Amino acid sequence: MLDILFYIFAAITLISGLMMVLSPNAVTGAICMIVCFINTAALFVLLEAFFLAILQILVYAGAVMVIFIFIIMLLDADEDSHSYLRDKMSVAGTIVGFALLVVLIFSAFVSSGALPETALQAVAENPSGEGQGIPFTTSAKSFGYSLFTKYMLPFQVTGFLLLASMIGVIVVSKRQEEAK
Amino acid sequence: MTVGLNAFILVAALLFAIGMVGVILRKNTLVIYMSLELMLNAINLALVAFSRYNNTMDGNLFVFFIITVAAAEVAVGLAIVVALYRRRQTVMVDQLNALSR
Repeated sequence: MLDILFYIFAAITLISGLMMVLSPNAVTGAICMIVCFINTAALFVLLEAFFLAILQILVYAGAVMVIFIFIIMLLDADEDSHSYLRDKMSVAGTIVGFALLVVLIFSAFVSSGALPETALQAVAENPSGEGQGIPFTTSAKSFGYSLFTKYMLPFQVTGFLLLASMIGVIVVSKRQEEAK
Repeated sequence: MTVGLNAFILVAALLFAIGMVGVILRKNTLVIYMSLELMLNAINLALVAFSRYNNTMDGNLFVFFIITVAAAEVAVGLAIVVALYRRRQTVMVDQLNALSR
């Protein structure tokens, strides 16, 4: 049952991602992107990362894509029916993309350092994580424990980064207002 | 679930390549930004899959940080796009060629 769900969600994720890239209308692309994010959240649920699935829907499919659609409608930035895959640069870009795909698949599955086929292990029970590493749990408590013990410095740096980006957005938006 | 790690990594690699093609192929700056988000999303999927199959929590925390940084990046990037549109009245990268003239 879960295998069928994985194939369905993976197929919808890939198809909607491809539709986002290929759709000439930016708003249609944004809607396809939301579908792609929600299906990635479903794949996170299949991997038992429930907290990240909720975070993915809240932050990506909610906040980020709403900002994207808002900006697309504000700028009225619909693409004129410019046919890509026509000029030489687009053909070269497509070739580079497929070369990247070939390199990724070769390095991950074909070459000598290929990934071993591992089975899914049972979820550990202690969320505080005694032992050498922090074991995988489904509870959000292990997130908080890890963030405030092992990843304390990155957590604070991330908070500072959010502050810096907020000030940066205000500065970038305001200076243009004064220049007009 | 009997689906292995390799299936998730294959999906992540395909998604990353799709995002890369979008970044190279498209002319609209907003669509290029969305393709960048798609590439970050592919990396998130790969990290969560590695974390789950390795039975450690670290990959999930990396994804937590990546989502935070991506949200900050989108806010700043879209503010820059809006400032660019006010200055040049376009967001198409093939018309933003002031350096080549």
